[in-house]
Amino acid sequence: MTNLLTPFEYDYMLKAILVSGLIGGVCAFLSCFITLKGWSLMGDALSHAVVPGVSLAWLLGLPFSLGAFVAGILAAVTMGWIKKKSGLREDAVIGVVFTSWFALGLLLLSLYPSNLNLKTIIFGNILAISDPDILQVLIISGISILVLAVKWRDLLLYCFDEAHARALGIDTRFLHFLLLALLSATAVAALQTVGACLVVAMLVTPGATAYLLTDCFGKMLIIATLTGAACGVIGAYASYFINGSTGGCIVVLQTLVFLAALVFAPKHGLLATRRLRRLATRTA
Amino acid sequence: MTLSLEASAVTVAYPNGHTALRDASFQLRSGTIAALVGVNGSGKSTLFKTLMGFVKPVSGSIRIAGGTVEQARKLKLVAYVPQTEEVDWTFPVSVWDVVMMGRYGHMNFLRIANAEDKRMVNESLARVGMTEFKDRQIGELSGGQKKRVFLARALAQNGQIILLDEPFTGVDVTTEEAIITLLRSLRDEGRIILVSTHNLGSVPEFCDHVVLVNRTVLASGPLEDVFTEDNLNRAFGGVLRQFHFESSTIQDHDGKTVKLLTDDERPLVFGKDGHLEYKDRTERQELVNKRIEEVGE
Repeated sequence: MTNLLTPFEYDYMLKAILVSGLIGGVCAFLSCFITLKGWSLMGDALSHAVVPGVSLAWLLGLPFSLGAFVAGILAAVTMGWIKKKSGLREDAVIGVVFTSWFALGLLLLSLYPSNLNLKTIIFGNILAISDPDILQVLIISGISILVLAVKWRDLLLYCFDEAHARALGIDTRFLHFLLLALLSATAVAALQTVGACLVVAMLVTPGATAYLLTDCFGKMLIIATLTGAACGVIGAYASYFINGSTGGCIVVLQTLVFLAALVFAPKHGLLATRRLRRLATRTA
Repeated sequence: MTLSLEASAVTVAYPNGHTALRDASFQLRSGTIAALVGVNGSGKSTLFKTLMGFVKPVSGSIRIAGGTVEQARKLKLVAYVPQTEEVDWTFPVSVWDVVMMGRYGHMNFLRIANAEDKRMVNESLARVGMTEFKDRQIGELSGGQKKRVFLARALAQNGQIILLDEPFTGVDVTTEEAIITLLRSLRDEGRIILVSTHNLGSVPEFCDHVVLVNRTVLASGPLEDVFTEDNLNRAFGGVLRQFHFESSTIQDHDGKTVKLLTDDERPLVFGKDGHLEYKDRTERQELVNKRIEEVGE
Protein backbone atom coordinates (compact mmCIF):
# COMPACT_ATOMS: atom_id res chain seq x y z
CA MET A 1 0.00 0.00 0.00
CA THR A 2 2.76 2.42 0.91
CA ASN A 3 4.38 1.50 -2.37
CA LEU A 4 1.53 3.07 -4.28
CA LEU A 5 2.19 6.39 -2.58
CA THR A 6 5.94 6.48 -3.30
CA PRO A 7 5.67 8.68 -6.43
CA PHE A 8 4.09 11.40 -4.31
CA GLU A 9 7.12 11.52 -2.03
CA TYR A 10 9.28 12.80 -4.86
CA ASP A 11 8.93 16.45 -5.65
CA TYR A 12 9.68 15.93 -9.35
CA MET A 13 7.04 13.20 -9.66
CA LEU A 14 4.41 15.33 -8.00
CA LYS A 15 5.15 18.22 -10.34
CA ALA A 16 5.15 15.91 -13.38
CA ILE A 17 1.79 14.41 -12.41
CA LEU A 18 0.10 17.76 -11.82
CA VAL A 19 1.53 19.48 -14.91
CA SER A 20 0.64 16.48 -17.12
CA GLY A 21 -2.91 16.54 -15.81
CA LEU A 22 -3.25 20.26 -16.45
CA ILE A 23 -1.83 20.12 -19.97
CA GLY A 24 -3.87 17.00 -20.72
CA GLY A 25 -7.05 18.79 -19.68
CA VAL A 26 -6.37 22.00 -21.62
CA CYS A 27 -5.33 20.16 -24.78
CA ALA A 28 -8.39 17.92 -24.51
CA PHE A 29 -10.74 20.91 -24.21
CA LEU A 30 -9.26 22.36 -27.37
CA SER A 31 -9.27 18.95 -29.09
CA CYS A 32 -13.09 19.10 -29.33
CA PHE A 33 -12.83 22.10 -31.65
CA ILE A 34 -9.83 20.72 -33.53
CA THR A 35 -11.52 17.42 -34.38
CA LEU A 36 -14.81 19.06 -35.37
CA LYS A 37 -13.10 21.66 -37.52
CA GLY A 38 -11.05 18.94 -39.23
CA TRP A 39 -7.74 20.45 -38.15
CA SER A 40 -6.11 17.32 -36.71
CA LEU A 41 -3.43 17.35 -39.38
CA MET A 42 -2.89 21.04 -38.75
CA GLY A 43 -2.27 20.24 -35.07
CA ASP A 44 0.37 17.72 -36.06
CA ALA A 45 1.97 20.22 -38.41
CA LEU A 46 2.07 23.04 -35.87
CA SER A 47 3.57 20.86 -33.16
CA HIS A 48 6.50 20.08 -35.45
CA ALA A 49 6.77 23.58 -36.86
CA VAL A 50 7.42 25.09 -33.43
CA VAL A 51 10.86 23.45 -33.18
CA PRO A 52 12.91 26.15 -34.99
CA GLY A 53 11.24 28.70 -32.70
CA VAL A 54 12.58 26.89 -29.65
CA SER A 55 16.11 27.06 -31.00
CA LEU A 56 15.91 30.70 -32.08
CA ALA A 57 14.40 31.73 -28.76
CA TRP A 58 17.35 30.20 -26.96
CA LEU A 59 19.82 32.00 -29.22
CA LEU A 60 18.03 35.30 -28.58
CA GLY A 61 17.69 34.65 -24.87
CA LEU A 62 13.86 34.69 -24.92
CA PRO A 63 11.51 32.28 -23.15
CA PHE A 64 11.31 29.21 -25.34
CA SER A 65 7.50 29.15 -25.40
CA LEU A 66 7.42 32.60 -26.97
CA GLY A 67 9.70 31.51 -29.79
CA ALA A 68 7.74 28.33 -30.32
CA PHE A 69 4.44 30.18 -30.37
CA VAL A 70 5.66 32.69 -32.95
CA ALA A 71 7.11 29.88 -35.11
CA GLY A 72 3.79 28.01 -34.95
CA ILE A 73 1.79 31.05 -36.04
CA LEU A 74 4.27 31.84 -38.81
CA ALA A 75 4.04 28.26 -40.08
CA ALA A 76 0.23 28.46 -40.10
CA VAL A 77 0.35 31.76 -41.98
CA THR A 78 2.81 30.29 -44.51
CA MET A 79 0.49 27.33 -45.06
CA GLY A 80 -2.50 29.60 -45.61
CA TRP A 81 -0.53 31.78 -48.01
CA ILE A 82 0.89 28.91 -50.09
CA LYS A 83 -2.48 27.21 -50.28
CA LYS A 84 -4.14 30.41 -51.51
CA LYS A 85 -1.43 31.20 -54.07
CA SER A 86 -0.67 27.72 -55.38
CA GLY A 87 -4.06 26.03 -55.42
CA LEU A 88 -2.42 22.87 -54.07
CA ARG A 89 -4.48 20.62 -51.82
CA GLU A 90 -4.27 21.34 -48.13
CA ASP A 91 -2.61 18.06 -47.14
CA ALA A 92 0.17 18.64 -49.68
CA VAL A 93 0.76 22.17 -48.39
CA ILE A 94 0.79 21.00 -44.77
CA GLY A 95 3.19 18.19 -45.70
CA VAL A 96 5.62 20.56 -47.38
CA VAL A 97 5.52 23.35 -44.81
CA PHE A 98 5.70 21.36 -41.60
CA THR A 99 8.55 19.14 -42.71
CA SER A 100 10.58 22.12 -43.89
CA TRP A 101 10.05 23.98 -40.62
CA PHE A 102 10.91 20.87 -38.66
CA ALA A 103 14.03 20.34 -40.77
CA LEU A 104 15.04 23.96 -40.20
CA GLY A 105 14.62 23.34 -36.48
CA LEU A 106 16.81 20.23 -36.60
CA LEU A 107 19.47 22.15 -38.49
CA LEU A 108 19.47 25.06 -36.05
CA LEU A 109 19.61 22.72 -33.06
CA SER A 110 22.58 20.82 -34.49
CA LEU A 111 24.47 23.98 -35.44
CA TYR A 112 23.78 25.86 -32.21
CA PRO A 113 23.38 23.35 -29.38
CA SER A 114 21.08 24.81 -26.75
CA ASN A 115 20.13 23.91 -23.19
CA LEU A 116 17.21 21.94 -24.58
CA ASN A 117 18.57 18.95 -26.44
CA LEU A 118 16.88 17.45 -29.44
CA LYS A 119 15.62 14.43 -27.56
CA THR A 120 13.81 16.61 -25.02
CA ILE A 121 12.04 18.56 -27.75
CA ILE A 122 11.01 15.55 -29.76
CA PHE A 123 10.11 13.16 -26.95
CA GLY A 124 9.50 15.54 -24.05
CA ASN A 125 10.92 15.25 -20.58
CA ILE A 126 8.35 16.18 -18.01
CA LEU A 127 10.31 14.63 -15.16
CA ALA A 128 13.03 17.25 -15.58
CA ILE A 129 10.74 20.23 -16.05
CA SER A 130 12.18 23.38 -14.47
CA ASP A 131 10.21 25.81 -12.32
CA PRO A 132 10.32 28.65 -14.90
CA ASP A 133 8.99 26.19 -17.49
CA ILE A 134 6.19 25.19 -15.13
CA LEU A 135 5.34 28.88 -14.81
CA GLN A 136 5.19 29.20 -18.61
CA VAL A 137 2.88 26.20 -18.83
CA LEU A 138 0.66 27.66 -16.09
CA ILE A 139 0.41 31.00 -17.89
CA ILE A 140 -0.36 29.39 -21.27
CA SER A 141 -2.96 27.08 -19.73
CA GLY A 142 -4.56 29.90 -17.75
CA ILE A 143 -4.90 32.15 -20.79
CA SER A 144 -6.18 29.29 -22.98
CA ILE A 145 -8.82 28.27 -20.44
CA LEU A 146 -9.95 31.87 -20.02
CA VAL A 147 -10.22 32.49 -23.77
CA LEU A 148 -12.05 29.20 -24.35
CA ALA A 149 -14.45 29.85 -21.48
CA VAL A 150 -15.39 33.22 -22.98
CA LYS A 151 -15.38 32.31 -26.68
CA TRP A 152 -16.38 28.64 -26.91
CA ARG A 153 -19.84 29.33 -28.31
CA ASP A 154 -18.44 31.55 -31.06
CA LEU A 155 -15.81 28.94 -31.88
CA LEU A 156 -18.48 26.26 -32.00
CA LEU A 157 -20.56 28.32 -34.43
CA TYR A 158 -17.44 29.02 -36.49
CA CYS A 159 -16.65 25.29 -36.72
CA PHE A 160 -20.26 24.37 -37.50
CA ASP A 161 -21.44 27.04 -39.92
CA GLU A 162 -18.97 29.72 -40.93
CA ALA A 163 -21.36 31.33 -43.43
CA HIS A 164 -24.01 31.90 -40.78
CA ALA A 165 -21.45 33.40 -38.40
CA ARG A 166 -20.34 35.81 -41.10
CA ALA A 167 -23.92 36.70 -42.00
CA LEU A 168 -24.43 37.68 -38.35
CA GLY A 169 -21.44 40.00 -38.56
CA ILE A 170 -19.21 37.81 -36.36
CA ASP A 171 -15.55 38.29 -37.26
CA THR A 172 -14.67 34.80 -38.52
CA ARG A 173 -11.14 35.80 -39.54
CA PHE A 174 -10.51 36.67 -35.92
CA LEU A 175 -11.97 33.35 -34.75
CA HIS A 176 -9.82 31.49 -37.28
CA PHE A 177 -6.73 33.20 -35.96
CA LEU A 178 -7.84 32.68 -32.36
CA LEU A 179 -8.19 28.93 -32.88
CA LEU A 180 -4.77 28.82 -34.58
CA ALA A 181 -3.21 30.79 -31.73
CA LEU A 182 -4.78 28.49 -29.12
CA LEU A 183 -3.58 25.47 -31.07
CA SER A 184 -0.01 26.80 -31.21
CA ALA A 185 -0.01 27.82 -27.56
CA THR A 186 -1.26 24.49 -26.28
CA ALA A 187 1.06 22.60 -28.64
CA VAL A 188 3.95 24.50 -27.07
CA ALA A 189 2.76 23.65 -23.57
CA ALA A 190 2.31 19.99 -24.43
CA LEU A 191 5.77 19.85 -25.98
CA GLN A 192 7.20 19.65 -22.46
CA THR A 193 5.19 16.61 -21.46
CA VAL A 194 5.02 14.35 -24.46
CA GLY A 195 7.32 15.99 -27.02
CA ALA A 196 6.73 17.24 -30.55
CA CYS A 197 6.05 13.77 -31.93
CA LEU A 198 3.14 12.98 -29.65
CA VAL A 199 1.59 16.42 -29.10
CA VAL A 200 -0.98 15.75 -31.76
CA ALA A 201 -2.31 12.80 -29.73
CA MET A 202 -3.07 15.13 -26.81
CA LEU A 203 -4.77 17.55 -29.22
CA VAL A 204 -6.90 15.00 -31.05
CA THR A 205 -7.50 11.73 -29.19
CA PRO A 206 -9.62 13.02 -26.26
CA GLY A 207 -11.87 14.96 -28.65
CA ALA A 208 -12.23 11.93 -30.90
CA THR A 209 -13.05 9.75 -27.87
CA ALA A 210 -15.69 12.15 -26.57
CA TYR A 211 -17.19 12.53 -30.04
CA LEU A 212 -17.95 8.80 -30.04
CA LEU A 213 -19.56 8.97 -26.62
CA THR A 214 -22.06 11.81 -26.98
CA ASP A 215 -24.15 13.85 -29.41
CA CYS A 216 -24.16 16.94 -27.21
CA PHE A 217 -21.31 19.41 -27.54
CA GLY A 218 -21.43 20.51 -23.88
CA LYS A 219 -21.04 16.91 -22.72
CA MET A 220 -18.34 16.36 -25.33
CA LEU A 221 -16.30 19.18 -23.76
CA ILE A 222 -16.69 17.71 -20.28
CA ILE A 223 -15.91 14.12 -21.28
CA ALA A 224 -12.87 15.14 -23.34
CA THR A 225 -11.43 17.39 -20.63
CA LEU A 226 -11.92 14.78 -17.92
CA THR A 227 -10.35 11.97 -19.99
CA GLY A 228 -7.48 14.23 -21.06
CA ALA A 229 -6.72 15.32 -17.51
CA ALA A 230 -7.17 11.82 -16.06
CA CYS A 231 -4.91 10.24 -18.68
CA GLY A 232 -2.28 12.92 -17.97
CA VAL A 233 -2.34 12.26 -14.22
CA ILE A 234 -2.59 8.48 -14.36
CA GLY A 235 -0.10 8.16 -17.22
CA ALA A 236 2.55 10.19 -15.39
CA TYR A 237 1.85 8.29 -12.17
CA ALA A 238 2.03 4.88 -13.87
CA SER A 239 5.26 5.75 -15.69
CA TYR A 240 7.01 5.74 -12.30
CA PHE A 241 6.19 2.08 -11.72
CA ILE A 242 6.88 0.72 -15.16
CA ASN A 243 9.90 3.00 -15.45
CA GLY A 244 8.89 3.96 -19.00
CA SER A 245 8.58 7.18 -20.96
CA THR A 246 6.01 9.50 -19.39
CA GLY A 247 4.79 10.83 -22.73
CA GLY A 248 4.46 7.31 -24.06
CA CYS A 249 2.45 6.25 -21.00
CA ILE A 250 0.05 9.15 -21.30
CA VAL A 251 -0.60 8.69 -25.00
CA VAL A 252 -0.93 4.89 -24.78
CA LEU A 253 -3.47 5.39 -22.01
CA GLN A 254 -5.42 7.88 -24.14
CA THR A 255 -5.39 5.41 -27.01
CA LEU A 256 -6.73 2.64 -24.76
CA VAL A 257 -9.60 4.87 -23.67
CA PHE A 258 -10.27 5.74 -27.31
CA LEU A 259 -10.32 2.04 -28.30
CA ALA A 260 -12.72 1.29 -25.45
CA ALA A 261 -15.01 4.07 -26.68
CA LEU A 262 -14.73 2.83 -30.25
CA VAL A 263 -15.96 -0.60 -29.22
CA PHE A 264 -18.34 0.09 -26.34
CA ALA A 265 -19.78 3.59 -27.01
CA PRO A 266 -23.54 3.38 -26.35
CA LYS A 267 -24.61 4.78 -29.72
CA HIS A 268 -21.67 5.11 -32.10
CA GLY A 269 -19.58 2.17 -30.87
CA LEU A 270 -18.89 -0.91 -32.97
CA LEU A 271 -21.00 -3.15 -30.72
CA ALA A 272 -23.92 -0.72 -30.75
CA THR A 273 -23.91 -0.40 -34.54
CA ARG A 274 -23.76 -4.16 -34.91
CA ARG A 275 -26.66 -4.55 -32.49
CA LEU A 276 -28.65 -1.97 -34.45
CA ARG A 277 -27.93 -3.68 -37.73
CA ARG A 278 -29.04 -7.02 -36.33
CA LEU A 279 -32.23 -5.45 -35.03
CA ALA A 280 -32.89 -3.89 -38.42
CA THR A 281 -32.45 -7.16 -40.29
CA ARG A 282 -34.67 -8.99 -37.82
CA THR A 283 -37.57 -6.57 -38.17
CA ALA A 284 -37.14 -6.33 -41.93
CA MET B 1 -37.69 52.05 -42.61
CA THR B 2 -39.52 50.17 -45.33
CA LEU B 3 -38.10 46.88 -46.36
CA SER B 4 -36.74 46.59 -49.87
CA LEU B 5 -33.89 44.99 -51.70
CA GLU B 6 -32.27 46.76 -54.58
CA ALA B 7 -29.33 45.78 -56.74
CA SER B 8 -28.20 48.27 -59.31
CA ALA B 9 -25.65 47.47 -62.00
CA VAL B 10 -23.79 45.03 -59.73
CA THR B 11 -20.63 43.50 -61.18
CA VAL B 12 -18.77 40.88 -59.18
CA ALA B 13 -15.35 39.59 -60.16
CA TYR B 14 -13.22 37.08 -58.28
CA PRO B 15 -9.47 37.56 -57.69
CA ASN B 16 -8.72 34.97 -60.38
CA GLY B 17 -10.26 37.35 -62.92
CA HIS B 18 -13.49 35.43 -63.40
CA THR B 19 -16.47 37.76 -63.68
CA ALA B 20 -19.35 35.94 -62.03
CA LEU B 21 -21.95 38.67 -62.46
CA ARG B 22 -22.01 41.64 -64.79
CA ASP B 23 -24.28 44.64 -64.59
CA ALA B 24 -26.97 42.84 -62.58
CA SER B 25 -29.98 44.90 -61.49
CA PHE B 26 -33.26 44.00 -59.81
CA GLN B 27 -35.63 45.25 -57.13
CA LEU B 28 -37.72 43.42 -54.60
CA ARG B 29 -40.26 45.06 -52.33
CA SER B 30 -41.62 44.10 -48.96
CA GLY B 31 -43.88 41.02 -48.91
CA THR B 32 -42.43 39.11 -51.84
CA ILE B 33 -41.44 35.54 -52.48
CA ALA B 34 -38.98 35.74 -55.33
CA ALA B 35 -37.38 32.87 -57.19
CA LEU B 36 -33.79 33.21 -58.28
CA VAL B 37 -33.67 30.97 -61.32
CA GLY B 38 -30.69 29.98 -63.44
CA VAL B 39 -28.40 27.09 -64.35
CA ASN B 40 -25.49 26.04 -62.17
CA GLY B 41 -22.69 28.57 -62.48
CA SER B 42 -25.06 31.33 -63.57
CA GLY B 43 -24.15 33.46 -60.56
CA LYS B 44 -26.94 32.51 -58.13
CA SER B 45 -24.59 31.73 -55.27
CA THR B 46 -22.40 34.72 -56.08
CA LEU B 47 -25.48 36.90 -55.80
CA PHE B 48 -26.28 35.36 -52.40
CA LYS B 49 -22.73 35.94 -51.23
CA THR B 50 -22.91 39.53 -52.36
CA LEU B 51 -26.19 40.08 -50.51
CA MET B 52 -24.62 38.68 -47.34
CA GLY B 53 -21.54 40.86 -47.79
CA PHE B 54 -19.07 37.99 -48.28
CA VAL B 55 -17.94 39.40 -51.62
CA LYS B 56 -17.93 43.05 -52.55
CA PRO B 57 -19.07 44.18 -56.01
CA VAL B 58 -16.34 45.80 -58.09
CA SER B 59 -18.96 48.22 -59.34
CA GLY B 60 -22.62 48.91 -58.75
CA SER B 61 -24.39 48.89 -55.41
CA ILE B 62 -26.76 46.90 -53.24
CA ARG B 63 -29.23 48.68 -50.97
CA ILE B 64 -31.07 46.75 -48.28
CA ALA B 65 -33.90 48.65 -46.59
CA GLY B 66 -32.31 51.82 -47.91
CA GLY B 67 -28.94 51.09 -46.29
CA THR B 68 -25.74 49.32 -47.24
CA VAL B 69 -25.11 45.58 -46.92
CA GLU B 70 -22.86 46.33 -43.94
CA GLN B 71 -25.65 48.23 -42.14
CA ALA B 72 -28.10 45.41 -42.90
CA ARG B 73 -25.65 42.95 -41.39
CA LYS B 74 -25.41 45.00 -38.21
CA LEU B 75 -29.21 44.85 -37.96
CA LYS B 76 -29.14 41.07 -38.67
CA LEU B 77 -31.63 41.67 -41.48
CA VAL B 78 -30.36 38.98 -43.83
CA ALA B 79 -30.75 35.32 -42.84
CA TYR B 80 -29.41 32.43 -44.87
CA VAL B 81 -30.81 28.91 -45.05
CA PRO B 82 -28.03 26.71 -46.45
CA GLN B 83 -28.32 23.79 -48.84
CA THR B 84 -28.62 20.47 -47.08
CA GLU B 85 -25.28 19.32 -48.51
CA GLU B 86 -23.44 22.27 -46.98
CA VAL B 87 -24.18 21.24 -43.41
CA ASP B 88 -22.15 18.75 -41.35
CA TRP B 89 -25.02 16.63 -40.01
CA THR B 90 -22.74 14.53 -37.78
CA PHE B 91 -21.89 17.61 -35.69
CA PRO B 92 -22.81 17.06 -32.01
CA VAL B 93 -25.45 19.77 -31.80
CA SER B 94 -29.18 19.46 -31.17
CA VAL B 95 -32.06 21.12 -33.00
CA TRP B 96 -32.35 23.56 -30.10
CA ASP B 97 -28.62 24.45 -30.33
CA VAL B 98 -28.86 25.20 -34.05
CA VAL B 99 -31.93 27.41 -33.72
CA MET B 100 -30.28 29.21 -30.80
CA MET B 101 -27.39 30.07 -33.15
CA GLY B 102 -29.85 32.38 -34.88
CA ARG B 103 -29.87 34.46 -31.71
CA TYR B 104 -26.06 34.85 -31.46
CA GLY B 105 -26.10 38.16 -33.28
CA HIS B 106 -28.52 39.54 -30.71
CA MET B 107 -26.59 38.37 -27.64
CA ASN B 108 -23.67 39.96 -25.81
CA PHE B 109 -20.14 38.70 -26.42
CA LEU B 110 -20.50 35.79 -23.99
CA ARG B 111 -23.52 34.51 -25.98
CA ILE B 112 -25.53 33.59 -22.93
CA ALA B 113 -29.21 33.20 -23.78
CA ASN B 114 -31.70 35.34 -21.88
CA ALA B 115 -35.47 34.82 -21.53
CA GLU B 116 -36.18 36.68 -24.78
CA ASP B 117 -33.73 34.50 -26.72
CA LYS B 118 -35.35 31.35 -25.35
CA ARG B 119 -38.82 32.66 -26.13
CA MET B 120 -37.82 33.41 -29.74
CA VAL B 121 -36.27 29.95 -30.17
CA ASN B 122 -39.38 28.25 -28.75
CA GLU B 123 -41.65 30.34 -30.92
CA SER B 124 -39.60 29.64 -34.06
CA LEU B 125 -39.56 25.91 -33.37
CA ALA B 126 -43.32 25.92 -32.86
CA ARG B 127 -43.82 27.80 -36.12
CA VAL B 128 -42.00 25.21 -38.19
CA GLY B 129 -43.58 22.38 -36.19
CA MET B 130 -40.32 21.07 -34.76
CA THR B 131 -40.93 21.57 -31.03
CA GLU B 132 -41.11 17.87 -30.25
CA PHE B 133 -37.74 17.27 -31.93
CA LYS B 134 -35.85 20.01 -30.12
CA ASP B 135 -33.48 17.67 -28.25
CA ARG B 136 -32.65 15.51 -31.28
CA GLN B 137 -29.17 15.52 -32.70
CA ILE B 138 -29.51 17.14 -36.14
CA GLY B 139 -28.33 14.07 -38.06
CA GLU B 140 -31.32 12.08 -36.80
CA LEU B 141 -33.84 14.13 -38.79
CA SER B 142 -35.51 13.54 -42.14
CA GLY B 143 -34.72 15.73 -45.15
CA GLY B 144 -37.72 17.99 -44.62
CA GLN B 145 -37.11 18.31 -40.88
CA LYS B 146 -33.52 19.34 -41.54
CA LYS B 147 -34.74 22.16 -43.77
CA ARG B 148 -37.25 23.28 -41.18
CA VAL B 149 -34.58 23.51 -38.46
CA PHE B 150 -32.59 26.00 -40.51
CA LEU B 151 -35.74 27.92 -41.40
CA ALA B 152 -36.43 28.14 -37.67
CA ARG B 153 -32.93 29.51 -37.19
CA ALA B 154 -33.66 32.25 -39.73
CA LEU B 155 -36.88 33.03 -37.82
CA ALA B 156 -35.05 33.10 -34.49
CA GLN B 157 -32.62 35.55 -36.05
CA ASN B 158 -35.71 37.58 -37.00
CA GLY B 159 -34.29 37.88 -40.51
CA GLN B 160 -36.38 40.15 -42.69
CA ILE B 161 -34.70 39.05 -45.88
CA ILE B 162 -34.45 35.28 -45.98
CA LEU B 163 -32.20 33.62 -48.56
CA LEU B 164 -33.00 29.96 -49.22
CA ASP B 165 -30.68 27.77 -51.25
CA GLU B 166 -32.46 24.90 -53.05
CA PRO B 167 -35.06 24.41 -50.29
CA PHE B 168 -36.82 21.47 -51.89
CA THR B 169 -34.04 19.04 -52.71
CA GLY B 170 -34.44 15.87 -50.69
CA VAL B 171 -37.81 17.00 -49.36
CA ASP B 172 -40.98 14.95 -49.80
CA VAL B 173 -44.08 16.53 -51.32
CA THR B 174 -45.99 16.89 -48.02
CA THR B 175 -43.10 18.73 -46.38
CA GLU B 176 -42.69 20.84 -49.50
CA GLU B 177 -46.30 21.97 -49.09
CA ALA B 178 -45.72 22.71 -45.41
CA ILE B 179 -42.64 24.79 -46.19
CA ILE B 180 -44.51 26.67 -48.90
CA THR B 181 -47.34 27.48 -46.46
CA LEU B 182 -44.78 28.78 -43.99
CA LEU B 183 -43.05 30.90 -46.64
CA ARG B 184 -46.41 32.42 -47.58
CA SER B 185 -47.13 33.40 -44.01
CA LEU B 186 -43.65 34.99 -43.79
CA ARG B 187 -44.38 36.91 -46.98
CA ASP B 188 -47.65 38.13 -45.49
CA GLU B 189 -45.65 39.58 -42.59
CA GLY B 190 -43.85 41.75 -45.11
CA ARG B 191 -40.58 39.82 -45.31
CA ILE B 192 -38.67 39.28 -48.54
CA ILE B 193 -37.94 35.66 -49.37
CA LEU B 194 -35.42 34.97 -52.10
CA VAL B 195 -35.29 31.34 -53.18
CA SER B 196 -32.44 30.06 -55.31
CA THR B 197 -33.63 27.06 -57.29
CA HIS B 198 -33.39 25.17 -60.53
CA ASN B 199 -36.60 23.30 -59.75
CA LEU B 200 -38.71 25.17 -62.29
CA GLY B 201 -42.02 23.45 -61.65
CA SER B 202 -42.22 24.55 -58.04
CA VAL B 203 -41.70 28.21 -58.90
CA PRO B 204 -45.26 29.04 -60.06
CA GLU B 205 -46.62 27.22 -57.00
CA PHE B 206 -45.30 29.66 -54.44
CA CYS B 207 -43.36 32.54 -55.98
CA ASP B 208 -44.84 35.83 -57.08
CA HIS B 209 -41.66 37.34 -58.45
CA VAL B 210 -38.91 35.86 -60.60
CA VAL B 211 -35.31 36.94 -61.10
CA LEU B 212 -33.76 35.11 -64.04
CA VAL B 213 -29.98 34.99 -63.99
CA ASN B 214 -27.29 33.91 -66.38
CA ARG B 215 -24.08 35.78 -65.47
CA THR B 216 -26.31 38.85 -65.27
CA VAL B 217 -29.98 39.48 -64.48
CA LEU B 218 -31.78 38.60 -67.70
CA ALA B 219 -35.19 39.60 -66.43
CA SER B 220 -36.84 40.48 -63.13
CA GLY B 221 -40.49 41.08 -62.47
CA PRO B 222 -43.84 39.52 -61.58
CA LEU B 223 -44.06 35.81 -62.27
CA GLU B 224 -46.62 36.21 -65.05
CA ASP B 225 -44.41 38.59 -67.01
CA VAL B 226 -41.05 36.98 -66.55
CA PHE B 227 -41.66 33.26 -66.27
CA THR B 228 -42.30 32.70 -69.95
CA GLU B 229 -41.08 30.04 -72.31
CA ASP B 230 -38.98 32.59 -74.21
CA ASN B 231 -37.23 33.93 -71.12
CA LEU B 232 -36.59 30.45 -69.75
CA ASN B 233 -35.03 29.41 -73.02
CA ARG B 234 -32.79 32.45 -72.82
CA ALA B 235 -31.78 31.60 -69.25
CA PHE B 236 -31.25 27.90 -69.77
CA GLY B 237 -30.29 27.71 -73.41
CA GLY B 238 -30.46 24.11 -74.52
CA VAL B 239 -30.20 22.69 -71.01
CA LEU B 240 -33.92 22.14 -70.50
CA ARG B 241 -35.64 19.00 -71.70
CA GLN B 242 -38.89 19.74 -73.44
CA PHE B 243 -41.87 17.52 -74.04
CA HIS B 244 -44.55 18.95 -76.23
CA PHE B 245 -47.98 17.38 -75.87
CA GLU B 246 -49.45 17.94 -79.29
CA SER B 247 -53.19 17.91 -79.65
CA SER B 248 -53.10 14.28 -80.73
CA THR B 249 -52.16 13.07 -77.24
CA ILE B 250 -54.90 15.05 -75.50
CA GLN B 251 -58.02 13.34 -76.68
CA ASP B 252 -61.48 14.70 -76.18
CA HIS B 253 -62.60 11.50 -74.46
CA ASP B 254 -59.93 12.10 -71.73
CA GLY B 255 -61.75 15.29 -70.87
CA LYS B 256 -58.62 17.06 -72.12
CA THR B 257 -56.89 16.17 -68.87
CA VAL B 258 -53.17 15.51 -68.94
CA LYS B 259 -51.43 13.71 -66.08
CA LEU B 260 -47.70 14.25 -65.57
CA LEU B 261 -45.62 12.02 -63.33
CA THR B 262 -42.12 12.94 -62.19
CA ASP B 263 -39.82 11.36 -59.66
CA ASP B 264 -38.62 14.39 -57.74
CA GLU B 265 -38.89 17.83 -59.21
CA ARG B 266 -42.15 19.41 -60.19
CA PRO B 267 -42.58 19.78 -63.93
CA LEU B 268 -43.24 23.21 -65.34
CA VAL B 269 -46.26 23.18 -67.60
CA PHE B 270 -47.21 25.82 -70.11
CA GLY B 271 -50.69 25.77 -71.65
CA LYS B 272 -51.71 26.99 -75.07
CA ASP B 273 -50.27 30.40 -75.98
CA GLY B 274 -47.68 29.96 -73.21
CA HIS B 275 -49.90 30.67 -70.20
CA LEU B 276 -48.68 29.06 -67.00
CA GLU B 277 -50.47 26.08 -65.54
CA TYR B 278 -50.86 25.95 -61.74
CA LYS B 279 -51.81 23.10 -59.51
CA ASP B 280 -54.03 25.40 -57.54
CA ARG B 281 -55.36 28.50 -59.26
CA THR B 282 -57.56 30.00 -56.55
CA GLU B 283 -54.86 31.31 -54.22
CA ARG B 284 -52.89 32.55 -57.18
CA GLN B 285 -55.89 34.40 -58.54
CA GLU B 286 -56.51 36.05 -55.16
CA LEU B 287 -52.94 37.31 -55.06
CA VAL B 288 -53.08 38.61 -58.61
CA ASN B 289 -56.33 40.45 -57.82
CA LYS B 290 -54.81 41.91 -54.66
CA ARG B 291 -51.82 43.17 -56.60
CA ILE B 292 -54.08 44.73 -59.24
CA GLU B 293 -56.04 46.49 -56.50
CA GLU B 294 -52.85 47.79 -54.90
CA VAL B 295 -51.62 49.16 -58.18
CA GLY B 296 -55.07 50.65 -58.76
CA GLU B 297 -54.82 52.57 -55.49
